Amino acid sequence: MALAHETTGNPSPAIALGVEGVSHRYDLGDRLLPVLDGIDLHVTPGEFVALLGPSGCGKSTLLRLAAGLEAPTRGTVTEDGTPITRPDPDRILVFQEATLFPWLTVRGNVASGLEARGLLKSQGHRIGEVLKLVKLEGFEEAYPHQLSGGMAQRVAIARALVNDPKLLLLDEPFGKLDSLTRLNLQKELLQLWKEAGFTALLVTHDVEEALLLADRVIVFSDRPARIVAEVKVEKPHPRRRDDAELIALRRQLLETLGVSHDV
Amino acid sequence: MSDALSEHPHSLAGALPLARSAIWKDGLLAAAAWGVAAVITYALPDVISWGATDLFALLVAIGAAFFLAAAVFVPRLSREPKTLIHYGPWYIAIGIWFALWELTTAKLGWLPKPFFSPPQGLLHVYITDWSRLLICVAYTARLWALGFFSGIAVGFVAGVALGWSKRFSYWGMPVLKLIGPVPASAWIPCTFFIFPSTFHASIFLVALASGIPVAILTAAGVEQVNRAYYDVAKTLGASNRYLIYRIAIPASLPNVFVGLFMGLYYSFAVLVVAEMLGAKFGLGWYLQFNTAYSAYANVYAALIVMALICAGLVRLLFTLRNRLLAWQKGII
Repeated sequence: MALAHETTGNPSPAIALGVEGVSHRYDLGDRLLPVLDGIDLHVTPGEFVALLGPSGCGKSTLLRLAAGLEAPTRGTVTEDGTPITRPDPDRILVFQEATLFPWLTVRGNVASGLEARGLLKSQGHRIGEVLKLVKLEGFEEAYPHQLSGGMAQRVAIARALVNDPKLLLLDEPFGKLDSLTRLNLQKELLQLWKEAGFTALLVTHDVEEALLLADRVIVFSDRPARIVAEVKVEKPHPRRRDDAELIALRRQLLETLGVSHDV
Repeated sequence: MSDALSEHPHSLAGALPLARSAIWKDGLLAAAAWGVAAVITYALPDVISWGATDLFALLVAIGAAFFLAAAVFVPRLSREPKTLIHYGPWYIAIGIWFALWELTTAKLGWLPKPFFSPPQGLLHVYITDWSRLLICVAYTARLWALGFFSGIAVGFVAGVALGWSKRFSYWGMPVLKLIGPVPASAWIPCTFFIFPSTFHASIFLVALASGIPVAILTAAGVEQVNRAYYDVAKTLGASNRYLIYRIAIPASLPNVFVGLFMGLYYSFAVLVVAEMLGAKFGLGWYLQFNTAYSAYANVYAALIVMALICAGLVRLLFTLRNRLLAWQKGII
């Protein structure tokens, strides 16, 4: 398949992520805002983990720490046992907004990671491959303002995948899309994860999305976030939304979150 | 902000498709207006002699003949000349303007004499003084180009530094805000002291006028760049250099262009002041010299030349902006 790792020397397409005793707070000037409180989490290589919790609880902060955009106030975040101190294209973050660079075409956006690292010459052929994977062939020369929300998010995913990330950090990537587009993209993401074999950490507040995609669902409390529950989803893919086992899990998770299953 | 700057030269023509009539009506009306202006100019006597009256009448008559021909042939062309049709109402207005201008100045003398000049007065200036005007244009072009381009180059670099670096901004921003509103003429005493020649001082004044808005707007643009772009680029492996050159600068380009437009206008406004400093030639000098001698026809003639050059440069800048900022939504 197109994402085969013929070019990388590293035999492992994924990394283990370790979060040990991590607490984090933001300095708001007049006070400190604690967002994470004593998080311990171990993600094995190639695992798909969903972080579920109320909005604004600090899940996104955990992704920023894993991406290396910020350092935790206390505790350590490690990749394969080494502390993470800075951003690295091995660990790529996809945001809720596609955040495409509006002055670059679709091709330019996807190429930006390779270009920033001086790999455009040797790896440029991968741009076409990943665009094909996210079903955007023929849109190479389009500018972001010409794309729909779903297409823009596909470009953002392609922009991440072209760098062969070993850890893909997804911060509610489908949160702003209409439900049909969301269903399609969930399916595509799962496909890409299976083919490329990276480790995936997905932040979401959508219980169903977490259950459909993840091997393991971690439930966070309100801010400052603590881990309050952990659910393994054993069901093999493809999963059905109306699967009895998943519906039972869904009920259980919603209760943990303090929401009633019934409307 | 950017929308307000965009031009829509074809929107009118596009909205009102030309009916397939046998004649271009605006052309016919323009021909009539120009014809009347030509007849007034030729047939009525001037209050005093201005020179070039007959020549002006002839030129306007040629214009009238052209519009008459256009009125007949335009509907028969396979591809309609969009620009010509778009400006049809303007041609009519210009014809009427010529006629009124003739009447109020040369023919009836309603407008007092040295201050107002009829069109043939300006034409007379172009005919008799064209060589001096041309030299002045060349001198001004040299001064303007040296001042404007060095000004926007320094302004742009300073703006990026001010917007990017906290330390630069701490020291630079207050200084920029202080010197920004100071009028160019107030700099004259110190420029005399600092610069080896008055020519250098003049270049400095033009550079200052064009550089300051570019610096302020570039700085604001770089500061306003969506932080998320930096986060994305960093996780993709971008260096600081990449963040500045490939993220901060392109993202702030719309602001930079607003600064360039402002700088262009200010640089023209300051030319007259800059050419007060011992210049021997130049349009600004020409304006002052002729104002001093109450040769207002010469003043108007030079002003028109200056306005046309400025308009041409604005047009060029628009073209450049539309090319560089094609990625912006709805700009073209």
